Amino acid sequence: MTMVTEKDINEQIAWAKINTDVLKSMENPRPAYWVTLAVCIAMVACAVLAEYIQYTVGMGTADLNNPHMWDMYIAAFVFWIGMSHSGTLLSAILHLIHADWRKPIYRFAEAMTTFSLLTAGIFPMIHLGRVWNLYWVLPYVSDRGIWPNFRSPLVWDAFAITTYLTASMLFLFVGMIPDLAICRDNTTGWRKKLYGILALGWVGSDRQWRHFRKIYLLMACFLIPLAVSVHSIVSADFAMSIMPGWHITSFPPYFVAGALYSGCAAIITLFILLRYFFRFEDYMTLPIMEKTAKLTFAIAMVWTYLNLIEFASVWYGHDVYNKELLIAKATGAYAWIFWTMLFCGSVLPFALAFRKLRRHMPTMFVVSLFLNLGMFFERWMIVAPTLSMSHEPHQWDIMYGSIIEWAIVFGSFGWFGMLFLIFVKVFPSVSMYEVKEMVFHRKLSAGEEDLARMTDHAKPVTQTTGGGGA
Amino acid sequence: MMGLFGDFEEAHDAIADIRRNEVPGLTVDDVTMTSPIEHPEVEEVLGERPVHIQKFTLFGAIFGVVFGFIFLAAAQASFLVQPQGGKPVIALPSNIVLVYEMLIFFAVWLTFFSFIFLSGLLKKRSSLYSEKVSLDQVAIIVEIDESIGESVKELFEKHKVLEIREEAIR
Repeated sequence: MTMVTEKDINEQIAWAKINTDVLKSMENPRPAYWVTLAVCIAMVACAVLAEYIQYTVGMGTADLNNPHMWDMYIAAFVFWIGMSHSGTLLSAILHLIHADWRKPIYRFAEAMTTFSLLTAGIFPMIHLGRVWNLYWVLPYVSDRGIWPNFRSPLVWDAFAITTYLTASMLFLFVGMIPDLAICRDNTTGWRKKLYGILALGWVGSDRQWRHFRKIYLLMACFLIPLAVSVHSIVSADFAMSIMPGWHITSFPPYFVAGALYSGCAAIITLFILLRYFFRFEDYMTLPIMEKTAKLTFAIAMVWTYLNLIEFASVWYGHDVYNKELLIAKATGAYAWIFWTMLFCGSVLPFALAFRKLRRHMPTMFVVSLFLNLGMFFERWMIVAPTLSMSHEPHQWDIMYGSIIEWAIVFGSFGWFGMLFLIFVKVFPSVSMYEVKEMVFHRKLSAGEEDLARMTDHAKPVTQTTGGGGA
Repeated sequence: MMGLFGDFEEAHDAIADIRRNEVPGLTVDDVTMTSPIEHPEVEEVLGERPVHIQKFTLFGAIFGVVFGFIFLAAAQASFLVQPQGGKPVIALPSNIVLVYEMLIFFAVWLTFFSFIFLSGLLKKRSSLYSEKVSLDQVAIIVEIDESIGESVKELFEKHKVLEIREEAIR
């Protein structure tokens, strides 16, 4: 029986159609796009109002007090940093291993990285309270001769996130240059002017392509260790302390796996939304969705394993504070969050193991949202229980966050969504030149396979039998 | 002179003919190919042309390490008012983390700027640029003496050129 493999993309698709479809998406999305954008803006408005109250009344409105000096804002910060990982990291890894199915989806994944980082960057500012003193975190010497403490993981964060943000923005921009030239050549008015400037005079000469190939490779090579280091450093914010539940050796890989996981889940969510908004059924195809879902499943299993390792090391380590905290997580006031996290993070991904479900977009959309809910709870379970049940029982206090905190966190999703939706309306969310490359090379290899098959058929029967039999 | 071709194979074969010296006075060094996608295969006929971006990347990485460490160490060494609690003034383990980030930071920026300059971006586009190249056609641009213009046109036509444009350089 011959098994027919479904193709990632239709190789017969005309290059002119690729240009037309992608350029049309920037002009003419479905009405659902505008509704979603309006919802996002409304969410941002909620957050702005909440921040205004917090700014004028004080940090008490956010319930930030001893022992909860870190809270929802830091959980949200870790969540958004994590979300940023899959875009650039997966794009870079898949580029290095020549997995060409990434080509129709990597652009929006990289944009997701940039906007997640921009969202994450807001939370330390909000968390500081006195936002006007934000520049204190910069590595400069003040008039009293005081430098930031370079031994603090919080300063490492500032360095790492700045590096990651600039590198991922450059990676996104460089990858877009040939497409910006296409846009420049096929648009009019303000768009033509904008793309004309951003395309930097790209003409597609062999010299430009040669250098382009090299820079893309070099940047991909830098971004992989950089992305790993960024989330390892974020984990150091916790792991470098001696607090129960935080001082854990496996935190860096646990954070990196969690980051990849939530990023992959977000890619699935955005994949489905863009496919619908911009009628990208020819590019964001079911086989590509299947591959993304399988990757997410694999990462979910790594995350589950790292969770189990953490529980086991705490359990058998017999450190009384850590063990009490673990038991309290599973049975105490936060138990419902703990078990929801484990259900969403470790059980629900098994839905991705079923082909029928992987190919059903509404199901995948809901699953991806729940996976990210689980990942948000994971960050909440890292931050809150440790502060709630630390070494001193007289300080114990349960914390669910104030309405101001929830409004700002809720608004951050609107902020991310708004930036992302504006980006995909102004810039091509599918890489036109890479899809053309994908189609070109697949057509070539299909032609070669056909030729080989025809040659095999043309061979004398004795020769074929002899070769195969021997 | 620019010749526009419907597919890469024809353009590739035309450059191969130029390489075989079918037009006296014209060599592959005078040839530029512009295409909608990357065609590394063209190097078979154009010959390998050097790319030096990686040297700038290496320089950026080394600069990041050296500058990063000197910056941090100088800052720490001038900040003696802070009680160190028996720890070293210049702390190597934590500096390694920051130096690592600076290595990547400067390497990436140097790579980017070298790409812009070495690949000839930010230059005014010549009138021989065709917007069809950003769609699906491949162009061969040659810098030639007027005297061999006809021979080049013949060569292009032999390979089913779709359009020929010329520009005079003084």
